[in-house]
Amino acid sequence: MKPPTEIETAVAEENNPVVGIDQTKGDFQYKVDYAFDAGTGLSEDTVRYISTVKKEAPWILEFRLAALKTFRSKPMPTHWATKDLENINFDKIRYYLSQGQKPKRTWDEVPDDIKKTFERLGIPEQERKFLAGVEAQFDSEAAYSNIKEIVAKQGVIFCNSTEGLREHPEIFRKFFGKVIPTGDNKFSALNSAVFSGGSFIYVPKGVKVAQPLQAYFRINAENFGQFERTLIIADEGAEVVYMEGCTAPKFSTSTLHSAVVELVALKGAKIQYITVQNWANNVFNLVTKRGVAHEDAEIKWIDCNIGSRLTMKYPGVVLKGERARGEVLSIALANDGQHQDTGAKMIHAANNTTSNIIAKSISVGQGRSTYRGVVHIPKHLKGCKNNTECDALLINTNSRTDTYPAISVKGDRNATQHEASVSKVSEDMIFYMQSRGLTEAQAMSLAVNGFINDLAREFPMEYSVELKRLIDLEMEGSVG
Amino acid sequence: MSQLEIKDLHISIGDKPIVKGFTLTIKQGEVHAIMGPNGTGKSTLAKAIAGHPDYTITGGDVLLDGKSVLAMEPDERARAGLFLAFQYPSEIPGVSIANFLRAAVQARMAEGEELDASGYYKRLYAKMDLLKIDRKFTSRSVNEGFSGGEKKRCEILQMAMLEPKVALMDETDSGLDIDALRIVAEGVNAQRSGPSAPGILLITHYQRLLDYIVPDFVHVMYAGRIVKSGDKSLALELEAKGYDWVKKEFAAATA
Repeated sequence: MKPPTEIETAVAEENNPVVGIDQTKGDFQYKVDYAFDAGTGLSEDTVRYISTVKKEAPWILEFRLAALKTFRSKPMPTHWATKDLENINFDKIRYYLSQGQKPKRTWDEVPDDIKKTFERLGIPEQERKFLAGVEAQFDSEAAYSNIKEIVAKQGVIFCNSTEGLREHPEIFRKFFGKVIPTGDNKFSALNSAVFSGGSFIYVPKGVKVAQPLQAYFRINAENFGQFERTLIIADEGAEVVYMEGCTAPKFSTSTLHSAVVELVALKGAKIQYITVQNWANNVFNLVTKRGVAHEDAEIKWIDCNIGSRLTMKYPGVVLKGERARGEVLSIALANDGQHQDTGAKMIHAANNTTSNIIAKSISVGQGRSTYRGVVHIPKHLKGCKNNTECDALLINTNSRTDTYPAISVKGDRNATQHEASVSKVSEDMIFYMQSRGLTEAQAMSLAVNGFINDLAREFPMEYSVELKRLIDLEMEGSVG
Repeated sequence: MSQLEIKDLHISIGDKPIVKGFTLTIKQGEVHAIMGPNGTGKSTLAKAIAGHPDYTITGGDVLLDGKSVLAMEPDERARAGLFLAFQYPSEIPGVSIANFLRAAVQARMAEGEELDASGYYKRLYAKMDLLKIDRKFTSRSVNEGFSGGEKKRCEILQMAMLEPKVALMDETDSGLDIDALRIVAEGVNAQRSGPSAPGILLITHYQRLLDYIVPDFVHVMYAGRIVKSGDKSLALELEAKGYDWVKKEFAAATA
């Protein structure tokens, strides 16, 4: 086999005064030969190609083709969202690239050119250290997927969506597209048409998965669109923690990442979904994430958005059963040239349900962050509670932050609480820290880490360390 | 032995000259008190030497161990051995004192060198014992919700941990009741002996601080420069006669 050639090395030294972001860790690319390529642009043929190489059942192709129609019929949501969405050229995107549809079970079997990427990102090492299972997706398909035997023996299913559809259709089909229907929004429709990869997880009744399951999503190709589809079902009384990481090299053209993630927590189950994304600043990251929590169930989203050109993501929980709990803890860092449009949705649909939203955003330089939230408690319910907190931190005078909380609480038997704050890292604070010997970048980084500290404490240790490191890198890049 | 030489220093805020020819040499282990009425440039002097961006040095020089610090960033000056104890220390929400100091200690180490965490905490706790500070104190966020006394103790603890060559203490007594003042003074006095004792420039408005931190030298600052120097008895004389005495003498001398 031909050894991989490094065509772009880490560009730590490169100092773009406008962009000014150092994303050393993910910013590299090894040349890869793709055996499967759906070409450029989107048509029925693209959809058929994807379905064919995956050897899908006819109902899935029907589902995809219907979704393509829906996608085409829906306008861009620019009546409320940023006009930057109009800069996505769907005709120039490549919708499917892979070396094959079957992931390897050991790292030794993963082709060198792909393995090298994941090794550089430290995935095999993390797996050994603290994970119950790992799925590593490279462009459209998982290159590696493995679950520790002890977890598999408990009946836990952890594979990619292609395998899930093929091998567990009875579970998959029952829940697929039910939490987030195709027509939920333009991008959920796009994902439904061309989805590939993502995780399928089923945790049987009463099984508590002790260590987290992790997926890593890597975009490697230029002008590429990654459309993973994740479905996690925790059966009655089951518990699972799922973590996802994402990176891409920095290209001059834009890349699209548009995932759909559906969670189902049945009676008394608990799902925790953690995202630490570090997209390069050319990535449009337009993701729909929602969970349904049944009676006494709990769904918690921990969402860290660093990098990307534009992120639009509002993880939600539909509190369907009595006493269900939903939580979103969100951190967004918008550096120069970036727009983080993030938030949360809590839909209360049963009595005595509770929800908690804590969103912290940091805007640096020309970076812009927007919080959008929906909390809905209808009139006929009683004993429902919501707490919403939005805190924004501004670093320098050019940055912008907006908050659009839509809280509709009806009836007199429910309670809600909303707090919002905007604070600034002042020149005096930076000077104070500098006078103790910290550089300006270290001082800013410490201020940011302090700002998110109470949230970061909720994370598994390995992830809070990673988050801190990413913030350090961002701050280093933002000092002029 | 380390020393800080301030030579004919002129400082402006915007176009307005504040400090006009200030000269003083502080040797390691010495305590120099600077007294003077409000608005005479005492705090400006301290902040400008530490490198605050709002102040412009228009003339003169500041040398630490013979090397000018004026071209250095504030953090470089700090790592070179300067320390400013702030009159109004900033709050850093979410950052514990322990983590803040750890970052400051780490910043003084060579690139690639890792801080030994257990050694760090051992040293931190030893300094806290010396200053009679409760262990729980360092898990609180830096200055957030602190009383005036707690803020100043936090400054003294940082000074003890960072072991500067020269410490500039800006109105350390302001906002303190007599008990807090005594505790803070004990903290400073505890650092006055030993081979790593810093040189101290103690800026104060009132004589009472000097009852607790007895200075080796007292200088009276007026209209942006030192107009009178002496030993601790000068502070008592000022206390008795008030600053009007200095102002009159100065007016007579410059007339």
